Amino acid sequence: MKAVQRFYFDHNATTPVSPEVLEAMLPVLTEVYGNASSIHHFGQLARQRLDSSRKQVADLLGAEPQEIVFTSGGTEADNLAIFGVAIGSKAGRVVTTTFEHPAVLAAAAQLDHTLVPVDGRGMIDPEAIRRALRPNTKVISVMHANNEVGTIQPIPEIARIAAEAGIALHCDGVQAAGKIPVNAGKLGVALYSISGHKIGAPKGVGALYVRKGTALKPMMYGGRHERERRAGTENVAGAVALGRAAEWITQHGDAENRRQGILRDRLEQSILDRIPDTRVNGAGATRVANTTNIRFDGIDSDALLIALDLKGFAVSSGAACSSGAPEPSHVLLAMGLSRLEARSSIRFSLGRSNTIEQVDALVEALVDSVTHLRKLAPAYA
Amino acid sequence: MPENPLAVAMSGGVDSSVVAGMLRARGENVIGLTMQLWNQRRLPEIQSDKATGRCCSLDDVYDARAVAQHLGIPYYVVNFERDFEDQVVKPFVDEYLAGRTPIPCTLCNNFIKFDRFLEMAEGVGADRIATGHYAQIRWNPDNGRWEMLRSVDRAKDQTYFLFGLKQDQLARSMFPLGAMEKSAVRGLARELGIPTAAKPDSQEICFVPNGDYAGFIDAYFREQGIAPQEVAGELVTADGQVVGEHAGVHHFTVGQRRGLRVAAGEPLYVIATDPASRRVTIGRDRELLSDRAHASGVNWISIAVPSEPVRAEVKIRNKHAAAPAIVLPTSDPERVEIRFDEPQRAVTPGQGAVFYSDDLVLGGGWIE
Repeated sequence: MKAVQRFYFDHNATTPVSPEVLEAMLPVLTEVYGNASSIHHFGQLARQRLDSSRKQVADLLGAEPQEIVFTSGGTEADNLAIFGVAIGSKAGRVVTTTFEHPAVLAAAAQLDHTLVPVDGRGMIDPEAIRRALRPNTKVISVMHANNEVGTIQPIPEIARIAAEAGIALHCDGVQAAGKIPVNAGKLGVALYSISGHKIGAPKGVGALYVRKGTALKPMMYGGRHERERRAGTENVAGAVALGRAAEWITQHGDAENRRQGILRDRLEQSILDRIPDTRVNGAGATRVANTTNIRFDGIDSDALLIALDLKGFAVSSGAACSSGAPEPSHVLLAMGLSRLEARSSIRFSLGRSNTIEQVDALVEALVDSVTHLRKLAPAYA
Repeated sequence: MPENPLAVAMSGGVDSSVVAGMLRARGENVIGLTMQLWNQRRLPEIQSDKATGRCCSLDDVYDARAVAQHLGIPYYVVNFERDFEDQVVKPFVDEYLAGRTPIPCTLCNNFIKFDRFLEMAEGVGADRIATGHYAQIRWNPDNGRWEMLRSVDRAKDQTYFLFGLKQDQLARSMFPLGAMEKSAVRGLARELGIPTAAKPDSQEICFVPNGDYAGFIDAYFREQGIAPQEVAGELVTADGQVVGEHAGVHHFTVGQRRGLRVAAGEPLYVIATDPASRRVTIGRDRELLSDRAHASGVNWISIAVPSEPVRAEVKIRNKHAAAPAIVLPTSDPERVEIRFDEPQRAVTPGQGAVFYSDDLVLGGGWIE
């Protein structure tokens, strides 16, 4: 069997560890093995690395280092934000949206909560958030950029509404950080989640920005790490990786995002031009530069995904259930697509490794596979 | 990628794993696909640790994935839960409520495995599929038809469940185990180093734990918000005398003796169920005998639709020893009358009637 050349177009699922990140973290695993809480030399070395990483992450988010809590990833950051604020001294209500990531939706589902619907373009109306507020609402959680369609939400407007009501705003920034400039202070959020493995750091590290003065109850109890907001011996190598990834974005993010935007537009335009009956989910909204979600009428996206994978192209069609079988995307359903429409949609998410040649090869593979699949679809004539 | 990939339906069991392994060893370009058909987290009250015949459990998917990894083949799980519920589970429940005794495996073969799955395989570029069914397919150049034959291992033969397969489906399907004894399949599994070689066979209807389909239907009703009293009814004798009560016609199948709870001088059996009146008629063993039946939705496999009566051995349930009979065409090409040489016990509406000529599967239909 001839080896297939493989191209990765699923960077919103995860990214490879970037070379400079690997270079920064590897020596930490072997040489800087001290416990950052230890008083001796070994501990101090680890503490230094942890502190400088925290500064790098803070710089990416326009925050102060003491506002950064390292976590095990985006899910923990989202959970800590929601439970940490909503539970507090007395349990309160959560207002969030129908198209959040499961890390927010499933956390909110544990509490008294309201889900604000998203419109057909994949945008949240800030006024709808205002109308959903109740006297016992303690936290609003709205994602910055959607993972599946890439639409960027009006966080500053929602932050003003939250501020007027005196409610903490949490923003899941896992799919925004690194893709658009983020300044937590200017956005006006109280809490902001990021994840390492979406931005070139490894799985298992993330961070939560917690604005100074925000009361946050920890979720895990143990030692007095992370200013008593997150117990557990610090993952120094992970933090170093996240810090280095953040630093790279601070230095090169704008240029790289422009480059990816050109590739994304080329991919999107080629598909729309060359394959009939296709449309962009979330078109008409401002989107992050690396993501496009396209509906191919008459196509079963699972079959298209497998056909593309067999040709060497990795893409995504909604979330996978526990067995690994795809289910129709709750994001697309929330945007008003029918089950059938959601099941004919594919997400392409670009990253640093993608080139123009790869994009062009992907378009050719898509033309082939979609033509083949449509020949078989009885409903599509 | 080499031309003409072949998709193997992998359940995680030994049989389909061996199919994937032997085709791979033969140099075929094999793609492994597992169908996710039923969410095991549904109806939790009927689940137990000892449940047998659980399809689509995470363990099965884990096993199938481990086998695919061992063989070094591409592997994917495809989600047919919606299709399975619409085409198999709902008709299964509806048939019971209509007083018939359905065979979900046949529905699954007709509408899922040799329809949706075949379509998915073709969509991803595989022009043929292979499954672990025990049956044989043979091209007959004389009549220009794909024929189906019973498996070499008669104890494992699954042709009873495959009578709905059309010629174009047979043309694209392979049953590599049909020519093998089960013991040889297990031997080959060990030889190929298949990680699941020692896994026990599954026996029951895959989505019904422990074969308790009445329990499944009750749980399904509760999930769908149907109250139990809507299905409860009376037990009556053939002359209309009420002798007891029952919790729903779906608890009964023709010929059943268990669970009647009516005292009588001799053993009593279910003779018929009438969903309209929700009455279950019970009677003596001899009342179960009948020498004829009608079958509809008939599909002819190894022969074309006959215009003359056909001599055949007819199997009226999976464990039935096929009985000699004449199959007579009617004015409807999809409906036949079956006249048995000897009266048969418990000819059950909803079950299949499959017509054999020795090992050859002529065709089959649904008993009315």
